[in-house]
Amino acid sequence: MKLSTKFNELKDRNEAALLSYVCAGDPDIESTPEIVDALIKGGADIIELGLPFSDPVADGPTIQEASERALKAGMNPDRYFELVASLDVDVPLVCMTYYNLVFQRGLDSFVEDCVNSGISGLIIPDLPAEESEDLAKACSNKDIDLIFLITPVTTDDRIKMILEKCSGFVYIVSRLGVTGARSDVTDATAQILSRVKTDVPKAVGFGISNGDQASRVVSAGADGVIVGSAFVDIIASGENVNQRLEELAKDIKDGCRKK
Amino acid sequence: MSGPKYGKYGGQFVPEILMPALEELEEGYEKYRNDPEFLKELDYYLKDFAGRETPLYYAKNMSKKYGVKIYLKREDLVHGGAHKLNNTIGQALLAKYMGKTRLVAETGAGQHGTATAMAGTNMGFQTHVYMGAKDTVRQRMNVYRMELMGATVHPVESGSKTLKDAINEALRDWVSNVENTHYLIGSVVGPHPYPMMVRDFQSVIGNEVKQQILEKEGRYPDSIVACTGGGSNAMGIFHPFVEDKDVDLVAVEAGGSGMKCTEKAALHSASLSVGEDGVLQGARTRILQDKYGQILESSSVSAGLDYSGVGPELAYLADIGRITPRVANDDMALKAFHELSLMEGIIPALESSHAVAHVMEAAESGELGELVVINLSGRGDKDLEAVRKIDLGE
Repeated sequence: MKLSTKFNELKDRNEAALLSYVCAGDPDIESTPEIVDALIKGGADIIELGLPFSDPVADGPTIQEASERALKAGMNPDRYFELVASLDVDVPLVCMTYYNLVFQRGLDSFVEDCVNSGISGLIIPDLPAEESEDLAKACSNKDIDLIFLITPVTTDDRIKMILEKCSGFVYIVSRLGVTGARSDVTDATAQILSRVKTDVPKAVGFGISNGDQASRVVSAGADGVIVGSAFVDIIASGENVNQRLEELAKDIKDGCRKK
Repeated sequence: MSGPKYGKYGGQFVPEILMPALEELEEGYEKYRNDPEFLKELDYYLKDFAGRETPLYYAKNMSKKYGVKIYLKREDLVHGGAHKLNNTIGQALLAKYMGKTRLVAETGAGQHGTATAMAGTNMGFQTHVYMGAKDTVRQRMNVYRMELMGATVHPVESGSKTLKDAINEALRDWVSNVENTHYLIGSVVGPHPYPMMVRDFQSVIGNEVKQQILEKEGRYPDSIVACTGGGSNAMGIFHPFVEDKDVDLVAVEAGGSGMKCTEKAALHSASLSVGEDGVLQGARTRILQDKYGQILESSSVSAGLDYSGVGPELAYLADIGRITPRVANDDMALKAFHELSLMEGIIPALESSHAVAHVMEAAESGELGELVVINLSGRGDKDLEAVRKIDLGE
């Protein structure tokens, strides 16, 4: 499913989207389909599936450790695309990974594998807009969305340049730092949201771990909330994983409905 | 502002959150690199704090044995014991001019961390150094030195617990504290403008060699040999000679315990010699990676060369045939460590020992010509305990 279709659907229902991130193959390859199912049952509207990289510099310890577990479990790009193709879901899937994996597979091959396995969008956190021309071309040839990040320190000129290249949604980082669950959602979120003027849906990530935070982000004007580390923490704990993922997704999705 | 590339290499492959910091750094560097006041202060630090210029020493015993004239550029005599201080003085001074109050750095052998702590404490910075937990053990005296000079050393327990992981952690710190912090990268690696800036600050080595060798020999050398991990001492001595095509520039990488790879690791650190085109830690360059693009852990007896990538400019110069990549393995480096100590009364760092080892191996074949300069990038005091253990078979 196209990301724009999903966001339009939600807009009609006056809801914000829950975008949930998990790392494919964490803790093992067999668990991923159940984990994805649990998240969707809980209300996840879009699933971001991480393709693990050995050196994830944009991520904090939680997701770095998830990547290490997944790599240890044998996850690689070949298995990733097989796994994605085998998922039986009716929500958009987004691939999140680092540029070297895309580069080694070849940009066109990587994008083609995305299309064939059912992925609608790509997030490459170490590929800033300036370096993205070749991949953007490959993505637009195949009608795949290339999603970029905007942060509180991104200048207005850069925001403009990034928005020209971004499709699907724009990933708004609510605070400085790497990924990881935090207890506060600061005023910086509202400020950055007001600076990003676009028709492309705005999804806010970094540090959101419960429904209250989600509802605050949504009332500040977000069209979606992105939650990663809080889900990954549950997977890492290994206890009642699917049930707890579903419950947390439900709590956060409830926060998304208070738009 | 996308940075200059070296052929297809270089660039700025970093999280968006760092792009404004890189822009600010580019602007700051452009503003101050030719500023008379900045240059005067830089010159003062290099001369009176670091102890430049360093001698170009004629290694008479080694020359006699190997039948070629061998000079050693004595970067081991820089304050702190390695060339690293040239760059940390330059960057710390730049950070001061830019109004930053905090420095973060990563270190492998500990030499760059030590040099950052020296420059940082002298210029009034709060200094945080990230170091692989494995390296904090094999270089514990350097950890102590850094702490004596007021730096906070953070052992990194993730991944292979070496330099590559320390860089990841330092990047994360910078991402989190970008407003008041300068990330002081220690080699000619990372996103633009670092490879250019570090090269410029290290070029003092090659510029001095140019004058010194003309005074002593009336001509440029036939070859210049430098060890290469990230490649800062190599680019520092090579850069002023890049246009002088008669001078062969030889980059000696760590061959570790063999030129092979296991599933997750290389037994060597020879990314320039056998690495492949890829993107690592901010730049496109040659890297050690598997067929999917996952980074392989590297290996070397010397912590300072133990890195899975290499500076993008070196990758470019290798592509166009301007530099010659060579490999010296652990055993050769250890042999050179002992031989230079015995022959000249100079104990080289294990990193530099790789360059010395290559000269010992290649001199007699004539491939290096008649007049050779080795960049003795650092002294071996930090390696004494490690080498002694190897000698005793511990």
